[in-house]
Amino acid sequence: MGFFVEVLISGLMAGVLYSLVALGFVLIFKASGVFNFAQGAMVLFAALTFVRLLDILKDTFAPITLALIITIAMMIMLAIAIERLVLRPLVNQPGISLFMATLGVAYFLDGFGQTLWGSDIYTLDIGIPKGSIFIFESIFEGGVLVAKEDLVATVIAGVLVVTLAIFFQKTRIGRALRAVADDHQAAQSIGIPLNYIWVIVWTVAGLVALVAGVIWGSKLGVQFSLSLIALKALPVLILGGFESVLGAVIGGLIIGSGEKLAEIYLGPYVGGGIEYWFAYMLALGFLMFRPQGLFGEVHIDRV
Amino acid sequence: MNHSLLFRALLICVPLAIGGCGQDSGTDTGTSTGNQSNAEGVIVDVSDPNAQFVPVLSYRTGAYAPNGTPVANGFTDYLKLINARDGGINGVKISFEECETGYSTSRSIECYERLKGQGPTGAAVFNPMSTGATFAITEKAPVDKIPLITMGYGRSESRNGGVFPWNFPIYGTYWTAADILITHLGNINGGLNNLKGKKIALVYHDSPFGKEPIPLLEKRASMLGFELLSIPVTHPGVEQKSAWTMIRKEQPDYVLLWGWGVMNSTAIKEATGVRYPRDQMYGIWWAGSEPDVRPAAADAVGYQAISMVSSGQAQVHKDILSYLYDKGLGSGEREGVGEVLYNVAIINAALVVESIRTAQSKYGDKPLTGEEVRWGIENLDITEETIEKLGLTGYMYPLSLSCSDHEGKRAARLHRWNGESWEYSTDWITADDSVIQPMVRSASDTYAKEAGIPTNACDS
Repeated sequence: MGFFVEVLISGLMAGVLYSLVALGFVLIFKASGVFNFAQGAMVLFAALTFVRLLDILKDTFAPITLALIITIAMMIMLAIAIERLVLRPLVNQPGISLFMATLGVAYFLDGFGQTLWGSDIYTLDIGIPKGSIFIFESIFEGGVLVAKEDLVATVIAGVLVVTLAIFFQKTRIGRALRAVADDHQAAQSIGIPLNYIWVIVWTVAGLVALVAGVIWGSKLGVQFSLSLIALKALPVLILGGFESVLGAVIGGLIIGSGEKLAEIYLGPYVGGGIEYWFAYMLALGFLMFRPQGLFGEVHIDRV
Repeated sequence: MNHSLLFRALLICVPLAIGGCGQDSGTDTGTSTGNQSNAEGVIVDVSDPNAQFVPVLSYRTGAYAPNGTPVANGFTDYLKLINARDGGINGVKISFEECETGYSTSRSIECYERLKGQGPTGAAVFNPMSTGATFAITEKAPVDKIPLITMGYGRSESRNGGVFPWNFPIYGTYWTAADILITHLGNINGGLNNLKGKKIALVYHDSPFGKEPIPLLEKRASMLGFELLSIPVTHPGVEQKSAWTMIRKEQPDYVLLWGWGVMNSTAIKEATGVRYPRDQMYGIWWAGSEPDVRPAAADAVGYQAISMVSSGQAQVHKDILSYLYDKGLGSGEREGVGEVLYNVAIINAALVVESIRTAQSKYGDKPLTGEEVRWGIENLDITEETIEKLGLTGYMYPLSLSCSDHEGKRAARLHRWNGESWEYSTDWITADDSVIQPMVRSASDTYAKEAGIPTNACDS
């Protein structure tokens, strides 16, 4: 039983990290109706920028703070550039056109980031505790082993989720973002500045990407594979719903725990290595019964 | 926005297509770099009718770039050095062109097709730099009559020149490497028989590369009575929690790490997370370089890997620094000269150059065809004297090939990461060919039967 709990907890914590990446997708989809395939590339770009600046500024008085400020500034500039060069010319175009445009952004950012900052593995140490601890020792024999950095990541992700939920539900800008997502033209007609809103939402998504990139980067080292982490967020979105922050979190937990349990308990019977596709199969299973995802909005169109 | 079921299905299919195909991932560059300017006769144009063309398949972008880049730097630096220092191979300059594969099999084949006809005589020899690509190109090489050097990777049975006349897995196959690791575990346990009852886990990259040692390890397990746990890790290997949770549960006596790229450093970190001792972990030679341990920092101390060559600098490195880097002609950063993968690539390039030199002794000092270079590889005889001339004393071992043995020698050392650098931890360990040879014969016979090719190419 202790082992089962350990697998479950490790899956849940992995799921929280998937949710962190998925949140970036949700933000942009919720606010602009665009499925941003470049979110993974943004995670890589943000983390690469941060870690390389950290190296450049290592002899200054506050390298982490300075690197953070400059990286945030770069993510804001990136958001402005994407709005001006990619989104503005595509206003009121079909969602699939915007989706394809973000594919282009993803490839551009992957190449641009590596050209600018290099394609090596860069170690990132921002003081997140390493090692592991035993918990539930009194309940299960031998206890349950968890990694400290996973615990820290879980707390950070939790704080971010709560902050974003409040931002969307309780602030004027948050409500404006949701209005833009529902209908671009209607939102413009009542005076919501579409371009300004898009810059804000891509900036926030960029900041979420930075947080995700820093957490994943401190675990794995900052390198190209961070952009592939985004692929882990897709089944989470499909399962949780594209518009729901809560859905991203619940979806992440289900996918994370589901894939780990499947790998451990089903894997040995089918040769192992099933967790990657199992996540998609799980999401596909949900899709059969709830096409809009667990927490997605049901759209009924008049035809 | 009205998002349909179709759109969601698309979102499932796209990432599975991108990420689910093993190593068929990475960025979509597919560009070639290289011979853009003539730098003091060091970089020679591919169209030069008097130059010997050597294609270079490399991956400087994508998930495997941190490992692919030093390999590409070492390989191209050595070719440039031959031009700069020696004026080419017996006066025949080398032209080369890099083609970016992203470690993708499909893109490697595209690069192969694009480069095979370049230069005055076509490609002299291909180094696919990927086991998956080697599997695919093995079918093409006999048709195009271009030899493949697969130093430390590729098909293990391809050392049998009777069936695979165009494949040269010089310096060791994965079966050789796996057997050396098992021999080492036997040595530290007081004999191979003492492995009986032990549990050995193989954590492997779920690709042709990672699966390659399994037949040898299974045979050894049945012979010696140890239990083998095979645990796959999906490309690129950033998510290994399940694998290491399994290891924590099973508590194997040893873990063999058959990884590449980010998988290796992630494995070491995960091992730390589940408190698995690093000094009970042994990597394949592709899991024993600086990019594999640096991200894990102090957690990697004590980790060992089998080694074709370790880090350090010999005379050839001094030449590379003075002839290339001091003149701004180096392929990478000066600090990278002498790292493990850089050195592996130097040896690989030296084998290519010496093969061409050997072939010139028969066919003359001129650009040679792939078929002529194949003869040179098969008759390669690297002696201590040759190694000293190459400036690689202590970094390369003597070897000679023959038609029936395209591997050369089956020995390697292990090296250990001490937190700062790699240092050799064992003397030379030789694989037991009485175990490997029957497997080679059986597997190559099976291949020949399936492919409808003869098994007696050495008899003619």
